[in-house]
Order: sequence, then structure tokens, then C-alpha cells
Amino acid sequence: MEIRGYIGDASPVNNKVIAELRGVSKRFGDVLAASDLNLSIVEGEFLSFLGPSGCGKTTALRMLAGFEVPTEGEVLLDGKVVNDLDAYHRPVNMVFQQYALFPHMTVAQNIGYGLRQVRPRLPKAHIAEKVSKALDVVQLNGFDDRRIWEMSGGQQQRVALARAIVNEPKLLLLDEPMAALDRKLRKEMQIELQNLQRKLGITFVLVTHDQEEALSMSDRICVMRDGRIVQIGSPQELYDQPNSRYVADFVGTSNFFDGKITDQDGTLTSVLLDNGLTMQGKPVGQLGKGQQVCVSVRPEQMKLHRQGEGLNVVVQNRIFLGEHTEYLVMHETLGEFLVLSPRQSEPDNGPFNAGDDLLVSWASDTALIFDNI
Amino acid sequence: MRLYAVCVYLFLYIPIGVIALFSFNAGRHASQLQGFSTKWYGKVLSNPFVMDALETSLMVAFTSALLASVFGTMAAVALQGIKGPLRTAFDLLIYVAVMIPGIVIGIATLIGLVTVFDQLNPLMAAIWPDGFVAPKLHMGMGSLIGAHTMFLMALVVIIVRARLAGMDRALTEASSDLYATPMGTFWQVTLPLIFPAILAGFLLSFTFSFDDFIIAFFVAGSETTLPIYVFASIRRGVTPEINAIGTMVLVVSLMALITAQLLLQRGGKKAK
Repeated sequence: MEIRGYIGDASPVNNKVIAELRGVSKRFGDVLAASDLNLSIVEGEFLSFLGPSGCGKTTALRMLAGFEVPTEGEVLLDGKVVNDLDAYHRPVNMVFQQYALFPHMTVAQNIGYGLRQVRPRLPKAHIAEKVSKALDVVQLNGFDDRRIWEMSGGQQQRVALARAIVNEPKLLLLDEPMAALDRKLRKEMQIELQNLQRKLGITFVLVTHDQEEALSMSDRICVMRDGRIVQIGSPQELYDQPNSRYVADFVGTSNFFDGKITDQDGTLTSVLLDNGLTMQGKPVGQLGKGQQVCVSVRPEQMKLHRQGEGLNVVVQNRIFLGEHTEYLVMHETLGEFLVLSPRQSEPDNGPFNAGDDLLVSWASDTALIFDNI
Repeated sequence: MRLYAVCVYLFLYIPIGVIALFSFNAGRHASQLQGFSTKWYGKVLSNPFVMDALETSLMVAFTSALLASVFGTMAAVALQGIKGPLRTAFDLLIYVAVMIPGIVIGIATLIGLVTVFDQLNPLMAAIWPDGFVAPKLHMGMGSLIGAHTMFLMALVVIIVRARLAGMDRALTEASSDLYATPMGTFWQVTLPLIFPAILAGFLLSFTFSFDDFIIAFFVAGSETTLPIYVFASIRRGVTPEINAIGTMVLVVSLMALITAQLLLQRGGKKAK
């Protein structure tokens, strides 16, 4: 199940490992928040920890920041073990979920906070110059003397970002930074954050439960579940080659059909579904005859048509999504599942309406078979 | 129900109103109103005994409030890092210290200090070099300030702790993340954010100490605070002079309390 981190087809300049987790576990009393995490973070990449709440992604981030000390294993920064290095000695900065801006300071004072802690002290003019550059980068020129509570949510996030990047950290940690923003602003900030990362070349580590956010911004994604790393890979790899039902379900959408393996023939494996139908697909991992498995098919791999071969289904519901249309269809024994049709194909075939009797089919090699856990 | 509430408030405030009213009495009896005059205020301010007592009271109130604010804040900040049964025990003890009747604190402090002094004084006299007179510990300004500080510290701890609990923990983490040492975080983030609460604690402590009679009565020794002076002069009959002192104390106390309340409200809003 566990796969060691490797470098995807990402943008990193060189393949220098900037941070590393080696067999890291964290226990809070009886709760194992993180278990045997192994991960290398490459300089200049945009890495995301993705998972539902309580999966250990925030714990992993907090161990990199120095707010939590691992119970087992080692955290490395720049090749050195930093388990016992206090947060204030780590060349790492964080953007907090609720930003955690200091309410008794102005915008400029907030941004210059990290620079003011440097000993021996930096010249005032030097700090002022860096602060004004940082304000420039996040497009908040002229907001220097504003108070935090006079800023909107989006502006506050930019201040939090500027306060972190002004220190030129080795790692920039982002703890669900988009959670407090509305949808439209979130989209804008995602693009901006990505541009910023490319421009500054700082390594970004993001924690999120939003798969869309992780898929659109990251070079690599580390999918987590119950304190463990399930899969690490580029967004495309995770989407096309999920290593488990969990990843297939969490990254993108999938239809799952439960059954038992009856036959293994070359690259394709046959599965007798619980309701009597037989399906074929590509097995993922070591699977044996008679094993309980599930067949996973992405909604966009399925095709709806009026004639030809396929499973007989009835359209239950149609959701127009612009470029695509999502159909909820009903099969006599399989039950309900989703089909995503691109708009271009519809003039010939559709649009279909609720109640239409249709046929659905897909190429067998696009179906994946997972151990059913 | 409403009438009942009105009666309760009248019962509480009429005596205070009467005191304020009679302080402007032109006559010399506290029970008969004979025209308006501010002469009793003038008399109070030119009475050397009253001014001495006032000075003692101010000195005690200021010093003990200051000490209580400093030590109370230190205790409250330190308590942040303590969890589990030890924390529960501390919390309980602090609330007990606030709720315990003043007379118990007064007697307990008196007995405690006298016992300690009785042990220490012969010892000091014995070890003191020949030819010099050994200092003798006794009840007075020191014991007064000490007793008040101990009692007020609990009050400050409660006020400052409430403020600390309302403060976003991420703020101190952010400070630490931005290279500030724990000491740096305390001076640059924690202290500025809890300062309104400390100031409010100081003002409340000042008022409590300034108004306190019971504890002071036991541990003051030969010192006379304003409440002790008032108590002593009442035995010679209530004159409008007492009313004038009471009214002045009331006004000063109220102003301090209102300021404290405003500070707590404003500070609470700002740090959210």
C-alpha cells in the first residue's frame, strides 16, 4: 500500500531535497495522528497534503513548522535533522488558516515582524525596503499603515502571505489558506498563489481537503488517510493511476461496482459483480482469484448512446455543467451511477432527457480493479 | 415582578443616595437636612487626620494593586502552560481565594504574621552585630500591603486568564514561526494584547484595596487607612463630614470600575 515519494514531472529546478520526513509518527495520547510518514520535498516544488479532516495532514505540516515534535522518526530540513529545533529557529514560515495577523500592528508592522526578530538587528531602512517589496508582490501597495481589521478577507490573506515570504523561507507552509474565502476569491487566489510560487521559486507545502484546489495548484500531491500516506504523485498520476479505491474516490469522482474476481487473463481481469453481471478491468496491485474487489470507472470514460451495445440504463437526472453534462443514470441491478458527457458529442446523440432509455458502455481497459478496502 | 425589581434597587441604592445627599447638608447633624452647603467637603480636605489616612490608603492601594498586577499576570501566563489535575487545583484555589470572606483573610493573616514575627524577631536580635539595634518586624504598612497583594493577586489572575483564554493561540504560534523567541513573543504579542485586562485588573485591585476595611482592620497595626478612620469616627457620632468622605470615595471608586469595564470590553473586541 505504501509508496515512497518520488519526483513527478514537476517544475523543480534541480532535484535537491529541501525537506524530508523519515518514518515520522506522532501520537497525541492514545491517538496516532501520523504514522510512519516517508516523504521527500524537492526544492522549488508545490506539494500538497490532501485528505479529509483528521487524516494527519495538518499534523505533518506542524511537524515541519516545528510546532509538534514527532514521537518517532526524523524531520530533516536542508539535510539536517531538526526534530529538536524550535519553531523560531527554523527557516520555515507558515500562512495560518485564519491568518493569525497581529491585531495591534499595522499591515507594514505585521509584514516586518519576522525581519525585526533577526539578531544582530537589520537596519531599519533595509526592513522597510523589504516590506515594501513584499507589499508590491502581493499587490497591496499603499496599505502600509492600514489596520488589520480594516482589511477584507482576501486582503488579510495577502498580508499573511507577504508576512511569510518576506523572510525568504526554505519552505512556505500553507494551512488551508483558502478555507475562509468565498468561492470566486478562492479561484483567483489559487491562480495568484501558483504564479507567486513560480515567480519566487520558494518551495510551497499546502494542506487542503479540497481535491480541486490540490489538483489545480500542485506539482505533487500526497494523499493521506488515517495518519498514513496513501499515494504520492503528480495530479495526473493520481487521477489516471490511483493505487487504491480510496484515492480513486477522493481524487476526482468514480463509480464503484463491488464483486469477486473470477478470472485473470493477461492484462484484464474479470469480476463477477454481486448482482450477477460480469465486468472486465485492469487490476491494481496484487489481486487473487476469488478476492473481494471493486471495479472503478470514471464518469467521463462512460459513453451514452441510443443504439449499439452496452448496459441498459434510464436517465434519472441531468445537470448542465457548461462544457459537460452530468447524467445520473439507473441500471436495473447496478443501481444509480454518474456519466459525464462532453458537449461536442451531444448533437449526434443527445441531449438526453430524464426518462430516456439509453445504453452505456466503456472501454474495459479504462476500468480499474481495486482491493475492496 | 417589575415592582419587585424596582423595590430591590431602591433598597440597594437609597442609602447610598442619602449619604451623597447629606454630604451637602448645611446643618451639623447627619439626620436632619438643613439647606445646601459644600462646607463639609472643605472641612474634610483641611482635616489633617483625614488627609493622613487618605495618604496611607492611596499608598497601600497603589502599591498592592501594582504588585498584584505584576505577580497576577505572571501567574496567569504561567498557568497557560499547565494542564490536567494540577491546573484544576490551581483554578479551584484561585476562586476560593476570591470568595473567602475578608474577615477570615484578615484573622488568618494576622495570626500567621504574628506567629512568624514572634519567631523571627528574637532570632534577628540574636544574630545582629553588637552595638546596633536589631530591626523589629511588626504590623504596619508592610503587612497591610502584603495582605492586600495576596488577596488581589487572585482577582488579577482571573481577569487576565479570561483574556488569555480568549486570545487566538495561532497568534503566539505565528510569532514563534516568525523567529521570535518565547520572551520576544511575550513582549511583542502577548503583553500588548492582554494589557487592557492587566490595566482593568489594576484598577479593580486599586478600588478593592482602597475600600477595604475588614482585612486592613486586622493587619494595619498602628497605621490608619481611610476606611479605618471612618469607622473610628463613626463611634463619635455620624457627622456630614463622614458623608462627604463616603461620597468622594464612592465617586473615585465608580470611575475606576467604569474605566476597568470599558477596558475589558474594548480589549476583548480588538483581539478577536
